[in-house]
Amino acid sequence: MRIKGVGVSAGISIGSAYILKEAKTLVSGIIISDKEAKEIEIKKFNQAVITAIEEVESIKSDKSLNLKPEDLDILDTQIEFLGDPQITEDIHEKIFNESKSANDAIIEVIDGAVHMFRNMEDEYIGARSSDIRDIGNRILRNLNARSVSSGKQYGKNTILIADDLSPSDTITLDISRVIGFATRYGGKNSHTAIIAKAKGIPAIVGCGPELTNIRNGDAIIVDGTCGEIILNPDSEIIRIYKAKQEIIFNEQAFLKSLRDLPAITADGQNVRLYANISSAEELEQVFENGGEGVGLMRTELLFMGRDTLPSEEEQFSFYKQVAIKSKNRPVIIRTLDIGGDKQLPYFGIPAENNPSLGYRAIRISLDKKDIFFIQLRAILRASVFGNLKIMFPMISNLSEVKQAKECLRQVKLELEHMGVDFDPSIGLGIMIEIPSAALMADILINEVDFFSIGTNDLCQYTLAVDRMNDKVSALYNHFNPGVLRLISNVIEQAHKQNKSVGLCGEMASDPLATLLLLGMGLDEFSMTARLIPSIKNILIKNSVSKAREVFKNVMGMDDPETIINYLQEVIK
Amino acid sequence: MISKDYIILSPQGIHARPASALLKLTKTFKSSFSLKKEEKLIPLKSMLNILALGIKFGDTISVMIEGDDEEDAALAIDSFFMSYLKTSG
Repeated sequence: MRIKGVGVSAGISIGSAYILKEAKTLVSGIIISDKEAKEIEIKKFNQAVITAIEEVESIKSDKSLNLKPEDLDILDTQIEFLGDPQITEDIHEKIFNESKSANDAIIEVIDGAVHMFRNMEDEYIGARSSDIRDIGNRILRNLNARSVSSGKQYGKNTILIADDLSPSDTITLDISRVIGFATRYGGKNSHTAIIAKAKGIPAIVGCGPELTNIRNGDAIIVDGTCGEIILNPDSEIIRIYKAKQEIIFNEQAFLKSLRDLPAITADGQNVRLYANISSAEELEQVFENGGEGVGLMRTELLFMGRDTLPSEEEQFSFYKQVAIKSKNRPVIIRTLDIGGDKQLPYFGIPAENNPSLGYRAIRISLDKKDIFFIQLRAILRASVFGNLKIMFPMISNLSEVKQAKECLRQVKLELEHMGVDFDPSIGLGIMIEIPSAALMADILINEVDFFSIGTNDLCQYTLAVDRMNDKVSALYNHFNPGVLRLISNVIEQAHKQNKSVGLCGEMASDPLATLLLLGMGLDEFSMTARLIPSIKNILIKNSVSKAREVFKNVMGMDDPETIINYLQEVIK
Repeated sequence: MISKDYIILSPQGIHARPASALLKLTKTFKSSFSLKKEEKLIPLKSMLNILALGIKFGDTISVMIEGDDEEDAALAIDSFFMSYLKTSG
């Protein structure tokens, strides 16, 4: 029997089912009419909540769990729910006015809230029902003074089957034994989905009532790629899936084996494969995947999720960590790219009708120079610890480059006066993501050491398409001949001055675009670390001469569809 | 009492994280806050109630503020919605 669901974490697991049942606490039906007894029930409830909050706080600070930011978000939401005045009030009222026991009052209020959330249209908010259920169970456990079930023991190759996995279940799970998940409820935003993806375990959610056909110990296959469960597969099916599993495994092993090969084309051209990152911690993953440097280090993370601007010292230690962990490989740091869809609450920038055409990125930096100076000073001070470069975002004209360079010059002068060490010849580049900049690349290149093409914005601005807008997103296509001509011009103009060009938009990791960009002469591809091996695989199997021909042919084509069809043929 | 209308332009509407930030902000003022979407009016102090309103992209909501420091509070709420949730109105 096959059960369909939503595959949220790719891969295939073959194992035996373990049905995870929610510890059902029964309604007692006891009526408590005595006023003093009611007060005791309320006290018991309040105490259970306090203990529950303490428990969650202690999970939060448990270093051995290696919690990810997603986990911490979930735990914070739970703490908020545990102290929620509405929930508390409802439970108090049930005890006082309806003479329920604390136990029954909690069950009824939590059930009501879970039911309400599950029925909400919004999938994300619907997914919060598992948080409510989880905190309800936690309060009940404390109320009834049951000991906390500390991490269940699973057999090897366990595939967990549940209505929904609670955050507590998933956060404290034994990953060495659990190899897959399938849940009855939940969608792409459910905890199961988030955690499974983070841990790389195949998972299917939203399987519906058919999931109840599965019994403890049943042999099952979870195909997270197709979103399908196969219950009690016969030996032939197991054989087929084992073969599929092996293909996936070999592919991964093959890509890993590419890691230490240099990215050199069949005819000897060296290509730089870099990664885009937001924090020093990600560097490990970059090197694991064979990345040779960082083509885009975002700095927004430093400024987000807080109430005030980061100080120079905070920024310095952030950049210094990056510099040290990068072990002298090049790291291009992009100065603050805030505005548009990325806002900071403490900046107090008024809403704009056209945020992506508005006050953002370098425009803010040049307007609020004090903030810009602090960032430049911090980067420069960190530059002695590694091979850092600076890049300015959202450049639309020459004057912006000149002004930004002037700021950098002043900061360097100041540091010199103070006798502070920095790399005086630190590399300087700009993002090419506005059509005017792409068209005047021949002018701008005289001011900088390198360009980095941001194809996401360049494409969006060139085609006048907001790709988050479903009605027009189909028009967004980096194979539009207009976009391709801009990119090719940028590379050509930079090469005329013997300067190098990188590309850090999604196009860098699009396997269809690899040969085309190589043919244009792109020097550096920068992308999400885990996509590096597949792009390297294309580069080492092909030659520059073939790529040039692909480029020539594509430039003779007049629409994206023809280009895509052609590129698909080429790469086969 | 001050009443302010906002159109929510954040693509995800108001979810757990912004709701939590909003609650934190209201706690720094003496005024009492309420939140209204269509005909539903709730006191602005419970995450459960905020999420239960199911505030989505494009919804219009009103925030009512009443108390001694209502003017300061209104300014803070203004900048919260303007920047944090990318709203207009």
